[in-house]
Amino acid sequence: MTATYDLPDAGTGGTAAGTGSVVLDVDGLSVDIRTPQGVVRAVDGVSFGARRGETIALLGESGCGKSMTAQAIVGLLAPVADVSAGEVRLDGTDLVTASRKQRRALAGPEIAIVFQDALTALNPVYTVGYQLAEPFRIHRGMSRKQARTEAIALMKRVGIPEPESRVDNYPHQFSGGMRQRLLIAIAVALSPTVLLADEPTTALDVTVQAQIMQLLTDLRSERDMAVVLITHDLALVSEQADRVVVMYAGTVVEQGPVGEVFGRPRHPYTKGLLDSVPAGATRGSDLRSIGGSPPELQDIPAACVYQDRCPLVQDICRTERPAPRHVGTDHASACHFSEEVSR
Amino acid sequence: MLTFLRKRALTSLLPLLLVLLGVFVLARLTGNPASLYLPESATPAQRAAFTERNGFDDPIWRQLLDYLGGVLQFDFGTSLRTGEAASTMALRAFPATLQLAAATMIIAIVLAVVIGSWAAYRPNSIADRISSFLSMTAASVPDFWIAIMGIYLFAVVLGVLPTSGTNAGALSWILPVATLAIRPVGVLTQVVRGAMVSALSAPYVRLARSTGAGDVRVVTHQALRNAAAPALTVAGDLTVGLVNGAVVVETIFGWPGIGKLMIDSIVGRDFAVLQAAVLLTAISIFVLNVLIDLGYALLDARVREKAKA
Ligand SMILES: Nc1ncnc2c1ncn2[C@@H]1O[C@H](COP(=O)(O)OP(=O)(O)OP(=O)(O)O)[C@@H](O)[C@H]1O
Ligand code: SF4
Ligand SMILES: [Mg+2]
Repeated sequence: MTATYDLPDAGTGGTAAGTGSVVLDVDGLSVDIRTPQGVVRAVDGVSFGARRGETIALLGESGCGKSMTAQAIVGLLAPVADVSAGEVRLDGTDLVTASRKQRRALAGPEIAIVFQDALTALNPVYTVGYQLAEPFRIHRGMSRKQARTEAIALMKRVGIPEPESRVDNYPHQFSGGMRQRLLIAIAVALSPTVLLADEPTTALDVTVQAQIMQLLTDLRSERDMAVVLITHDLALVSEQADRVVVMYAGTVVEQGPVGEVFGRPRHPYTKGLLDSVPAGATRGSDLRSIGGSPPELQDIPAACVYQDRCPLVQDICRTERPAPRHVGTDHASACHFSEEVSR
Repeated sequence: MLTFLRKRALTSLLPLLLVLLGVFVLARLTGNPASLYLPESATPAQRAAFTERNGFDDPIWRQLLDYLGGVLQFDFGTSLRTGEAASTMALRAFPATLQLAAATMIIAIVLAVVIGSWAAYRPNSIADRISSFLSMTAASVPDFWIAIMGIYLFAVVLGVLPTSGTNAGALSWILPVATLAIRPVGVLTQVVRGAMVSALSAPYVRLARSTGAGDVRVVTHQALRNAAAPALTVAGDLTVGLVNGAVVVETIFGWPGIGKLMIDSIVGRDFAVLQAAVLLTAISIFVLNVLIDLGYALLDARVREKAKA
């Protein structure tokens, strides 16, 4: 045990270990981006599953493909990006091959997302009440008046003071934290089975961050959702998540229960991340660079993606890509020398 | 809102005065109307009497002060040609121009919103490229050329439309409106397309899609309102531009509007009528600008707040 990760609650994971069945099953998901220089792969064979009542964290440095993965899951990639392989099964239905109509029917009641650009995501020319009412009007065919009542109830639920009067306000009249609450409200409006939250606290100050995370945890238990929490904040993962999926250069390098992965990392990258956090670090500290930087998309090696920064690199790492292997119950690592890490 | 209107009225007063001054002086530089209104054989005494009666022998600043004094009492002078009050003539011609402009802008806005949104929906698709090419062409051809080609083709060669006048009912509208609309349609289509392209790629559209909004709903319930503000600005400018277009088009098509009245009064050195027509045009442009500002406020709460502050 060499991990020196010293954080509150480290290793115990979230509060409610997911016991439900796997509702979101991502299998070999790959995303290609068309750039002027040619097609590059931003997400390469990502697989993980999420259970009801469980928070699973997607962790990795900026640019490793977390947002792309989330956008691919909900089918809302930028026009230049496409899913090139893999499946995203939501309660058995493959979202990748589903028709646009099918996907629209599931977007909201079954799967929802809080996007990364929280502060600009609301439409500036409509009242927040209008925007909160949209899911109810689209999926439940409610009248404006009914949907408005629901919108007010929702605002109250996510902790917006005086919802009856604020329902007619515009987005710019709300603080960043309140706007994030509104976005969460829109996402959970129809009690989805799966909620993806892409860096929901990054743009907020520390006290507000804690409130937002508390809200997400409460909503998760209350609505029995599977939460996919995207972040580059190690402390947040150790406090909030049950399981963690560590991503590097578009691939999953390690995944497993937070306690196990952080307690005994089995991939050099995960270990590097943990070692780079100074002892006693608090929430909100970014991942420190490990020495070197991740490869550009067009330079990602065909063999091990981490070879250029890895202290344990051997010849085989430069010729063969390591497949993810089980290194414990529910714990997998994609490294030829996973036994040698944490030793 | 009222303070806003008052501010707006005060700031537009100066430009209004300047326009009036310009027209007043320029018109008088074209010479004494006496030679136009008196027979060739008129004696110098008759000329002097005409000039004296109309005050054309006073120094120009004196004439201007007399005129402004009259304007303050809503007396805009009388027409040399008809002896009618200049204001009556201008107000009589005004509705014809207003109708022409309204018909033109309604057609332009409807076409631009439909074609522009459609082109924006799939940027760089074939449909988008065709509409871009057509709108670019439409935006750049001169309107008098269209007018003359239109008259030649439909009135002279095919004989299906009247060459001029307003006596042929709906048919008489086609050529003038088409001539005036072609440029606004082109320009507005491009503006709507651009505004819709950026609105459709905005984060709120992705948010709407994530809650299951379909293509049509995304346009009608989210993007269109955001795209409306830039379109409104340009539509306003185009409407102001129509006033220039109206001078050409009304003259070519014999349309009894304010543009034709201006040209007729210039040719006839009918200063008072020209001034009344210009003044009325300037006032209607002011009203138009106020309406546009109201439109912004209606579209966007942030504008309303700024106006209040
Ligand atoms: N529209 C785009 N066009 C081209 N490349 C893109 C586009 N969007 C993202 N990328 C690239 O795809 C890769 C993955 O991006 P992604 O947004 O998923 O990263 P991320 O892990 O979410 O990072 P962050 O923590 O900064 O949000 C990055 O290298 C990024 O540069
Ligand atoms: S496979 Fe080799 S290079 Fe890659 S992480 Fe493992 S030891 Fe390092
Ligand atoms: Mg991201």
